Amino acid sequence: MADSATLPRSFQEIILRLQGYWASKGCAVLQPYDMEVGAGTFHPATTLRALGSKAWAAAYVQPSRRPTDGRYGENPNRLQHYYQYQVIIKPSPPDLQELYLGSLRAIGLDPGLHDIRFVEDDWESPTLGAWGLGWEVWCDGMEVSQFTYFQQVGGHDCRPVSGELTYGLERLAMYVLGIDHVMEMPFNDPQSPIPLKYGDIFRQTEEEYSRHNFDGATTEMLFQHFKDAEAECERLLAFDAVDPKNGKRIVMAHPAYDQCIKASHLFNLLDARGVISVTERQAYIGRVRALAKKCADAFVTTEAGGASGGAAA
Amino acid sequence: MPDLLIELFSEEIPARMQGKAAADLKKLVTDGLVEAGLTYAGAGAFSTPRRLVLSVEELTAESRAVREERKGPRTDAPAAALEGFLRSTGLTKDQLEVRDDKKAQVYFAVVEKPGRKADEIVAEVLEGVIRNFPWPKSMRWGSGSLRWVRPLQSILCLMVDEAGARVVPLDVDGIVAGNTTEGHRFMGSGRFAVSSFEDYRVKLARAKVMLDAAEREAQIWQEATNMAFAAGLEVVEDRGLLAEVAGLVEWPVVLMGQIGEDFLGLPPEVLQTSMKEHQKFFSVKNPKTGRIERFITVANIEAADGGAAILKGNQKVLAARLSDARFFWENDLRVAKGGMGEWAEGLKSVTFHNKLGSQAERIDRIAALAREIAPLVGADAGLAEQAARVAKLDLRSGMVGEFAELQGVMGRYYALEAGMPAAVADACRDHYSPLGPSDAVPVEPVSVAVALADKIDTLTGFWAIDEKPTGSKDPFALRRAALGVIRLVLVNGVRGDLHEIVASHYRRLLDLYTRSFYGAIPDVKSQGTKEVYPMYLKRDGKPFRFPTQYLWSHLLSEDVDLIGDLISVADLQKVGPFIGVTINADGELSGMSDNGRLYLRKDGMLSSFKVMGENCIADLLAFFHDRLKVFLRDQGIRHDVIDACLAMPGNDDLTLLVKRAQALQGFLASEDGTNLLQGFKRANNILTQAETKDGVEYSFGADPKFAETDEERGLFNALDAAEQAIGPAMKAEDFAAAMGAMAQLRAPIDAFFTAVQINTDNQVVRRNRLNLLHRIRAICAGVADLTKVEG
Repeated sequence: MADSATLPRSFQEIILRLQGYWASKGCAVLQPYDMEVGAGTFHPATTLRALGSKAWAAAYVQPSRRPTDGRYGENPNRLQHYYQYQVIIKPSPPDLQELYLGSLRAIGLDPGLHDIRFVEDDWESPTLGAWGLGWEVWCDGMEVSQFTYFQQVGGHDCRPVSGELTYGLERLAMYVLGIDHVMEMPFNDPQSPIPLKYGDIFRQTEEEYSRHNFDGATTEMLFQHFKDAEAECERLLAFDAVDPKNGKRIVMAHPAYDQCIKASHLFNLLDARGVISVTERQAYIGRVRALAKKCADAFVTTEAGGASGGAAA
Repeated sequence: MPDLLIELFSEEIPARMQGKAAADLKKLVTDGLVEAGLTYAGAGAFSTPRRLVLSVEELTAESRAVREERKGPRTDAPAAALEGFLRSTGLTKDQLEVRDDKKAQVYFAVVEKPGRKADEIVAEVLEGVIRNFPWPKSMRWGSGSLRWVRPLQSILCLMVDEAGARVVPLDVDGIVAGNTTEGHRFMGSGRFAVSSFEDYRVKLARAKVMLDAAEREAQIWQEATNMAFAAGLEVVEDRGLLAEVAGLVEWPVVLMGQIGEDFLGLPPEVLQTSMKEHQKFFSVKNPKTGRIERFITVANIEAADGGAAILKGNQKVLAARLSDARFFWENDLRVAKGGMGEWAEGLKSVTFHNKLGSQAERIDRIAALAREIAPLVGADAGLAEQAARVAKLDLRSGMVGEFAELQGVMGRYYALEAGMPAAVADACRDHYSPLGPSDAVPVEPVSVAVALADKIDTLTGFWAIDEKPTGSKDPFALRRAALGVIRLVLVNGVRGDLHEIVASHYRRLLDLYTRSFYGAIPDVKSQGTKEVYPMYLKRDGKPFRFPTQYLWSHLLSEDVDLIGDLISVADLQKVGPFIGVTINADGELSGMSDNGRLYLRKDGMLSSFKVMGENCIADLLAFFHDRLKVFLRDQGIRHDVIDACLAMPGNDDLTLLVKRAQALQGFLASEDGTNLLQGFKRANNILTQAETKDGVEYSFGADPKFAETDEERGLFNALDAAEQAIGPAMKAEDFAAAMGAMAQLRAPIDAFFTAVQINTDNQVVRRNRLNLLHRIRAICAGVADLTKVEG
């Protein structure tokens, strides 16, 4: 594990230290989900695994896309593509706050020197039909993490309750590294033979995607894809639970959920293109939520969702 | 007598909930203890971000034994009666006593409840309180089902008497009560045991926890003001923020920091709002210039470096926030310099309410109304209209988008930047006022005109679509708007007929509404996703073709029912342009479109938009009168006095109405007033009885020549004199003078009633006297409707 007595020198070192820390606390260190999502919460390792009775502990980096936040790489803090670090533990352990503070120490934030505060912030995801109570965690007046006890996901009560931690990695790292503009942040060690800054990697993509999100993406196609994803999600869930080929009970909760994720991202893109009115917005969010709810309904009937005898035919 | 100490230790409780939670804990526990038969000398509750604490002094050690007797059924009653009685008492038949009661034998249950130990009661009460605590929002955690505001981690529950401290045995879902707690999250050193409230308080302080929120507040305020004073500056007072900040720390450490030079040019309201909302900083201003130059932040730890890192971090976050604010400000100034046209354009696509159109349409209405009101408040009509047109443009500005509470304040800056007159700029800031009952009322004429127009438009609009406040529900703050109108009118002595203003604005509302409809239909397809407001009409039960040039005033006079609702373009495209809609006897709607398809909607279109015409206006006026009554009652004016004045013509002129009410209240407080009221009532009663009995109205022709007594003649003279004085006084609206003249009638009326018998056998004399009484009634009725006055 990284030496927490020294300060990290790069963005990736902060990620590596978090990975090491949460691995040492027993989390399965997963890889990012291979789809476009708006936040780490959308990873099925959080959304679906927060459901049902089975214990769970996972940590992962999740590249996240928020098309409307694109600023062509010019804003010091805003990006349309950024990284979240996500930890989810079910049931939430009694010392989760202490575990979390340990992770701050691991990346060089000493609570004896910095003012760490848990400030009320209740979390809600209208698209996932999910909510929880918790805090935003402040370090010297800056929000560095979101800390949530999930109460409901996809319309289902969470029993047991998961504890979820979300770190906005760029913002946190900029603070730890003392950087004022995200593009100036060292991505690898500045002493490396080929030192790379965040901007070396992402400035061009921020420009390209900003143009794409605001002006480029074909809206007719996006509308059609949204409808397709919605239809496919519902079609997959409408299959008989028993596969006639092998007689096994196989509910396609995850493939259906992929379509829900797709619909959510397509909605975000359409929103960035400015073609969704205020009233329609609510309707679209409601449609994605309806999909998330159906996927959650399906997942809790599966073995991973804690249904007893779910695997048996 | 033991003392009781309770601490409920949890993860961080939201600051805004701590105060009420501590009070609830105190009330619920002490109520529970008292109900169970204990008494106590005193109790105090405390809260920090991580704990709720209750200390109860001198609790009785046990509850008193209670002997309760209950009378049951007679011994010869049916078996079912006895069974019921046994069930309700929880006894068996052989435990009952049989006693003689009058003629029969009756079962009696004697239940003896022995006294219980306080410890047992405390455990029971506290468990109940924890399980049913009234948090605004609570949660579960881990695998448990217990609910608390955030995970509850430990319970300390101690009874302390001469023998020492003992833990009250209690186990709430695995959380076992003990005698230990912990101190500050970062500066404390593990759990420790306590033996009394004093011991608890001292040890907590040693572990860097200040238990009392009031003490934390005082400490923060004192250190902040000292620091500012030392720098020749002063802290901007903010009680709400102080309470919140005191709920975010267990050990307040006050730090003062610099605001970057680059940001000092921002308006002070912007600096203050940004720092407060985002960072929970206090503003520190230079008393000489009024500029905000520094900030105060309150940390939760005594850092090893004296707070240098904390301050540096906070300054950095602040700089990022203020960069945003400066970006908005500079951008907004650019738009303002250009005349704010793009904001006006933008407000066309902002919905005010889906049945009342866009903000732009609303502004059109308010501008027209402000123009109409201007002469009544002494404002220039052009300026009033201009002010109304710009007053809400800042809603589209970046700054108000970020900080909604700066609406109006920013509008003033932007109007000045756009080169508008000061009166217009001030109206931007002031037209929302007064907001609360104690908020200052604008007095500058242009501001008054716009403030009135804004509120009257809101009220008329919501009345037109039948969204009136009911009971405790007033989502559009219409009571506040009506009170605002009343205070604006009274403070500024505005004279005018409110009914006329409302009625005229109501026609304007419908007119604009209709025009927006005409505009929307033809280019539905090109409008993409915009919403439109169709109207549906019927006449004589038949579909009614929508006339393109139809004036609403005309429509209303033709007994046409009008209904409408928001309909999306998607819906509309399915249907095509409307010709008309009709309603059948079952209340179902049907309509025809140009392409011949029939369109039906089952949802509540009928109730959702109903034009109520004059009813609506009268109803709104009655609402104003109700609010006025509440307002005047708070000012100490009797409700019957208000009723007596409301019954008079001209009651739509609120200034006149209140003037009359004040005069009448003063008059009735005088001895002459009270006696005159008696005289009036006597005259009125006799007259009314006679009129009912005789079936005629005695209203004309009292003639002094039929007067038989001096008292009668005296009253004739007095009435003549009063009439002569009251007439001109009323014309001059000098109610005090009119009532003074009325008071002169008191002695002659009293004398008349003492000396004269009204109902004599001589019918001529009787009629003459009744007609004379009518003159009393008529003269008084011209001043106020005294029949409404009690007493």
